[in-house]
This record gives sequence, C-alpha cells and structure tokens, in this order.
Amino acid sequence: MPTAFRLNDRPVSVESPPQTPLLWVLREELGLTGTRFGCGAGLCGACMVHVDGNRTFSCQTPVSAAEGRSVTTIEGLSGDSGGALKEAWLAESVPQCGYCQPGQIMSAADLLSRNPDPTREEIVQHMNANLCRCGTYPRIVRAIQRAAGQRR
Amino acid sequence: MNARVTESGVSLLTRREVMVGAAGLTFSLVGCQRRMIAQPPAGDSAAARQITPWVGIAEDGTVSIVSPAVEMGQGSRTSLPLILAEELDADWDRVEIVPAPPIDAVYGNPEFDGQMYTAGSAAVSGYFDSLRRFGAQVRRVLLENVALHWSVPVGELSTEPHAVVHAATGRRIDYGAVAAFAEIPETAPEISEADLKDPSEFRLIGNDVMRVELPRKVDGTAQYSIDVRPPGMVYGAVLQTPVPGGTPDTIDASATMQLDGVLAVEALPHGVGVLAETPWAAFQGKAQLNVRWSNRDPAQSFNSERGMADFAAAARSRSPDGVTWENEGDVEAALDNAATVYEREFRSDFAYHAQMEPLNAVASVAPDGESCEIWVGTQSQTMAVNAAAQALGIAPDRVRLNEMLLGGGFGRRGATDQAFLVDAVRLSQSIRRPVKVIWTREDDLRAGRFHPLSASFIRAGLDAGGRVTAWHTRRASDLVEKEQDPMGFAEGDGQDVISMEGSEIQTYAIPNRLAEHAPRTSGMRTLPLRGIGFVHNKFATESLIDEIAVDAGRDPVEFRLGLLADQPRARKVIETAAGMSGWGTAPEGHGLGIAYIDYEDTQVASVVDVSVLRQTGVITVHNVWLAIDCGIAVQPDNVIAQQMGCAVYGLGLALTESVSMDGGVVEQSNFHDYLIPRMSDIPNIEVELVRTPNPPTGAAQMATPLMAPAISNALAALTGVRLRHMPMTGRRVREALQAV
Repeated sequence: MPTAFRLNDRPVSVESPPQTPLLWVLREELGLTGTRFGCGAGLCGACMVHVDGNRTFSCQTPVSAAEGRSVTTIEGLSGDSGGALKEAWLAESVPQCGYCQPGQIMSAADLLSRNPDPTREEIVQHMNANLCRCGTYPRIVRAIQRAAGQRR
Repeated sequence: MNARVTESGVSLLTRREVMVGAAGLTFSLVGCQRRMIAQPPAGDSAAARQITPWVGIAEDGTVSIVSPAVEMGQGSRTSLPLILAEELDADWDRVEIVPAPPIDAVYGNPEFDGQMYTAGSAAVSGYFDSLRRFGAQVRRVLLENVALHWSVPVGELSTEPHAVVHAATGRRIDYGAVAAFAEIPETAPEISEADLKDPSEFRLIGNDVMRVELPRKVDGTAQYSIDVRPPGMVYGAVLQTPVPGGTPDTIDASATMQLDGVLAVEALPHGVGVLAETPWAAFQGKAQLNVRWSNRDPAQSFNSERGMADFAAAARSRSPDGVTWENEGDVEAALDNAATVYEREFRSDFAYHAQMEPLNAVASVAPDGESCEIWVGTQSQTMAVNAAAQALGIAPDRVRLNEMLLGGGFGRRGATDQAFLVDAVRLSQSIRRPVKVIWTREDDLRAGRFHPLSASFIRAGLDAGGRVTAWHTRRASDLVEKEQDPMGFAEGDGQDVISMEGSEIQTYAIPNRLAEHAPRTSGMRTLPLRGIGFVHNKFATESLIDEIAVDAGRDPVEFRLGLLADQPRARKVIETAAGMSGWGTAPEGHGLGIAYIDYEDTQVASVVDVSVLRQTGVITVHNVWLAIDCGIAVQPDNVIAQQMGCAVYGLGLALTESVSMDGGVVEQSNFHDYLIPRMSDIPNIEVELVRTPNPPTGAAQMATPLMAPAISNALAALTGVRLRHMPMTGRRVREALQAV
C-alpha cells in the first residue's frame, strides 16, 4: 500500500512498509540525505523535518503518518527565513563537522516561522531539542539572531 | 594526460613516461618519485599539469592542491592547502582541493612517523613546514620557466597572486599560461628559509577564508559515508558482541529471516550481520536475532565500580611495576625532605566520543574478491585501505578509497582495525553486492571504545618555604595505544602516550618530578578521545596546584605565575584569561576557578564562573573566559571556533559524561542516559587569541581538558569542597557538599 504525500512541494508516492520511519524513506528511498540519522530515538534532532510546517523528528514518524501531508526537508527549505538562515549559518561560520546542521537549521526555521524576533532564552529553549557534539551552539545562537535581523 | 589509473586511484606512471607523454611536465618533488595524484581535479584532466604530488596547474589556471588530512570539523581541508597556496602565491579563488590518495610515503604526517592519520590536532603543526616548502618550490619552477621563456634573468621576476611579473617591462603572465609551456627540472629546486615569505608578507595565512566545504554543510548536500548509495547497494546491521572479545557461538536467525526485506544473516568475528533491502529491515532483523556468545576475555567479569577501586589501589601501590613517563631530579629524596606532603587521589570514569554520525561505511567487493571500493569517514586513509585489504587478503592498491567527510571524529574513527569498515567489507564479500553497514546509536555506544577509566595518586612535596619541590604522579589505566594500534604499540617502548601525556610537568618550576603509568587490563576497549591523557592528568595536576595555592593563602593566578617566572607565553595566556574574567570579584553565590595547560607547546588558560544548587548538587557554569596561544594561527576564526567546541566538549566530560559497565556490558545506550551538553547547558564563552609569531601548534583539542579542573577549582572557591572524581555529577557534588 503506497503512501502519498507532498515532499518539498512535489507529490511523491512511496512503497515502504507503513511503519518505516520517515527518516529512512527520505534518505534511502528518496535520496534526500540532508536529513540525518543520529540517535533513532528523538533525542538529537539530526533528523528534523517539517510536516505541515511543524518541526518533526523524522526518525519517530512512521511514513504512514505523512499520508496526505506536506513534508519539507533541508533540501526544500526556502522562503524568507530558509534563505536567511542558510546565509546566516555561513556568515557566522557555524558548521564544524556539519552533520547535525541541517537538523539545526530546520529547528531554527520552525522557531522563526512562529516567532520572528525571539529572545535569547526563547532560542535556547527551542533549540534544546538539537544536539551538536562539535559545540557550535554559541554560533547557532548568533546565526539565528542574524537571520532574525538582530545582528549584522 | 595518458595517465594510467589503478584501482586505488593512483597513477603509477614513471616520470620518464610522463615526460614522453603529452603533458611533458610531471615530476615529484618529494618522497615516492613515481607516484602522482590520480585524477587531476581541475575538471579537465587533459589540460592539467601536475608539478608535484601535491600540486597540479591546469592551463585555465586552476591550481589543484592535495589535502592530506581528512575533514571532521576541524578545518584542515581548508587550512593545509592554504599554507601551500600562500608560498605558491596562488589566488585562493582559483584553488581546488583534492583529497590525497592513500600513500603514507608521500602524504604522511611527519608528526606521526609519516602515517596518514588525522588526529592529535597535529595537521597544521605537522605539515606546515613541508607545505610551505612545496609551495615555494612550485613557485620557483614557474619563475625559472618564465625567465627562460622571456629571456630575462630570474632575479628580475617576481610573483603577484597567480601571475609571474617582470616589473622592468611591465609584462605579466598567468600561472595557467605558464603551465602550457613549462618544463620541469631534473631535480627539485633547493628552498632555503630565506626563500620563504616573511610572515609579514602572508596574504592567506592569518586571514580568514570560508572553509571550503561549509556551503554544502549548510544546504544538506555534504556527503558523509552514510549518505552514499552506489547502485545495487543493500544494507547491513551488525549485532555486536555485548562483551568485548565475545564471538557468536550459536545463532538463531529464524525470526529474522521471516521478516520482509531481510536477505541474509552472516556470522562475523565479533558480531552477527543482517543484510536487508532497507536499513529499517536490517535493524528489525538484528533485533530479532537470538545469539549465544562465547567469551573468555577478562571483560566479562569487569564491573566499572569495582574496577575503579582496583585501579585506585594500583595507583596508590608503591610496587615497581610502573612504566616511567617523566623522571627529573630525585622525587623520592625530595618527598623525604619535604616539610609538607600532599597525597591526593583523582578519578575519571570512562567517557564516550558521541560523534553525531554513528559509525558506518560502504563497501563494494568485486565478485572475484580481488578488489574492492570503499566509502568511509576515517581518521586514517591508509588504515582504512590496509584494514580492508587485510580482510580480503589482497594488496592495498586493490582497494579504491573514497574519502568522505566525517560526522565527527574525536578519536573514534582512528583505530588501526577500522572494524566498522571491515564489517561492511566482509558482508559485501559474502553477498556480492555493495553494502552499507550502519551502526545504530545504541550499537555505537554499547560497542564504544572509550576514554579510559583512570585513577591517579599524586604526592606533592613542599619545602619549609612553601616551594613545591616534588611531584609524583602514578596513574592506573588501560593501555589505550595498545587498543588503537596494537602492532605499533608492540614495536614501541611500552609507553602509552594517550594515557600519560599531560602527566609530565613541562612548564611549572618544580625541580623533582616523576610520572609513571601502572597499566591495567579491564578488558574494555579504549581509544584516544579529544584531549587524550590531558583530560584526566590536568584535572589532577591543576586541581592540586590550586589546592596548594589556596592552602598557602595565595591567589591561584598569582601562585601559578610564580611557578612560571621564565615562561612568558604561559604567563600571557593566564594573565589574559584572568583579565577577561575580572579575576578576583565573583558575583554573589558564584565562584571563579582557573586552569592552565601547556599542551604540546600550545598555551591555554581558562577562568570559569560557576554556581551550585546545593539541594541537587548540579553545577551551573555561567561564563568561560579562554585564552590560547597556538603560535601562528593559519585560520584565526576557526581557532576561536575550535576553542568554543573544546569548552563545550570539556564541560560534558567535566559534569555529566560517564559510561559504566557490569559484567563487561555497557549500561548506557543513547542520549537519554549518556548526557552530552545541550544548548541550555552552554555558558557564555569568550575566547581571546593571543597572537605570537611562534611555529603553529595544535588548536582543536587543547582547551578541552581545562574545563574540569577550572570548574573544580571554582567550586572549591565557592564552597571549600574539592571534587576529585570526573564527571562531577549532581550526585557526587551533593554527597561531597553534605559530607562537610
């Protein structure tokens, strides 16, 4: 039984068993490898995507739950905040190993979409879902502030 | 170019053959004279001119520079080629970077006996001199060719970025145009120190450029080995032995084989592999395996709490079995004559690398088993190739390596056995298809190879005037290098650098010093981890120095400066960190603590500002002020980023990160019970780069070990209680506070 949903503004239909985590469908069946596997348990945020505009751990989401919904990955993240975030991430030289960064950016985009002018505390509280072992947290905060127009 | 490309991607043409060929322009300036980079990356191999195994110049002016270090977030892929480009006087915008093929003889790091091994924060320091020389040699060849071409004395020529210039006639020729006619001399030009740029002339070194791979890391297209999908690939999951050394005895795979998508189950030397059409099916299949393990290794009786007690007893023991690491003066005589002797025990738990990309690799073994292609994020290209070759019983040049970005290394991907890769090779060999083996986070933690459990016993002697005259460290821990590189360790002198480095007292003026290792065998697996031995050894030394200072009524900063009277670089970083912190005035309810380290000539110091919640024992770090002098900083902004990373990593090791075992089985499994820092744990971190013209030394891990002693010292300043067991968890802090 195929699952049909919108992925980065295009319709897709996949054959994976319904309980397969969306993460593996995106990565291995659809080839969108910017969404990363880090813990498989909703603890690190490397797999963060948007489902109907809300950030979602794709490792905890069975593909069946995506039926009829709209999924956005780092590859499809666009719009004002998406572009501004990617630019800010470069301007602040955020990534080190880089592995977690797409998930960080997806979380940040979710934050700015509902709170375009977050305080530092709001940023920290929201971004606590995403781990970065290289310790880029201080620069992530700065990049979000930059994307929000709080820094130049 | 009519180069022949072998399986390993390495051209084996001799220079003579190339001279006869169309290019007419290839020679090597170092080491292995018959080898060159494989695929000139300029995108137009026909037009590329390779001038050393490190550089190619295409007629369109694209300069290709080989990067011998892998990229795991530390920035070497940018900073190493940039050093060569500086002396070549290349335009950085016209440089392309090529990963080095796996040839130790050409691309090995002098700091690691010529191994290609990205570790120890040693890429820039190890390659700096030779990359400058190679760049200068290529520049000289270009100048000499233009001199002949224009019939002018070479002394009248100079370079500006990417061009040779004749000032007298105003002529200017682009490097690409030179490559079109250049001839290569029989021998490499001699380059003296005077031929190199004066550091005041540097255009690239010391000026930040964007790291080359950053755009792809931001838009999601960066490729790690876990992202690779060669045609026909299937997936492997490996049920690892729960106890190190175990082997599968009986395997019941009946439930596994009934699952949709599962293709095969395969016994491996220390695990059981499940091959499947999807990763999810492979993981499900692994969960359904029923395996009985046989194990005669010592690990099966290992309990980390009892182990710590055993290690502590070994550290206190006066038995003569210690392996000497440092021995200056006569420590026993000095202790006998001391007016005051401190005896203190320090402990550190096992800790886990927790790189964000779980271990994985892709292998494609040819049907005849005589060659293979691998995609791997490894800390050593040659270890990866050798391990794959050994598993298949083939020559290393039959292994084609695709060097991938690493989703974090921290030491985890640098063991000579490259076991996570070898499992993929074996499974590909058995199923005759490309295989991607992915470890789950639980696999990665439970089959971790850890920062070693350690206990140290320190005896420090003071004379009647309060001068520190004797310092004896005896550390008990597993032999980490024996795990990391068993053959290399067997050929060595028995010293375990990874455990012992940092136990020496390099800079403090203490005349009598002895550091020795009491090696233990827990049976658990260990590996170097960011900061290596310094993490535990400086926790001990910097905590005790602080205690001695405070007991004597001396200011800890001033006391350290007193021990560093003839160490201006050390004094400078301490004074800088203290100055940044406003040392001496902690806010109400806060404590300030300092630590200083000389780490392979890199000078680092940090002051931290902490408070503690007495009911829970949880320490909050509010501010970190950190100063580093690593000599010439090739990429200053990246040095600062690395210090922030070190501080965050060090905070986790200091406060929360602990692996425990019972019966040799790791008791933690994922990020809910192995706690690494989250954003809410992060203090304000300020870094100051102390710029000195000294040769560049390491930057990517040196500050990590500062955090634990600085925090411990700050807690003591606040409460009078000293914590001597890492990590300083809430429970340990609470118990220590209640005990007074």
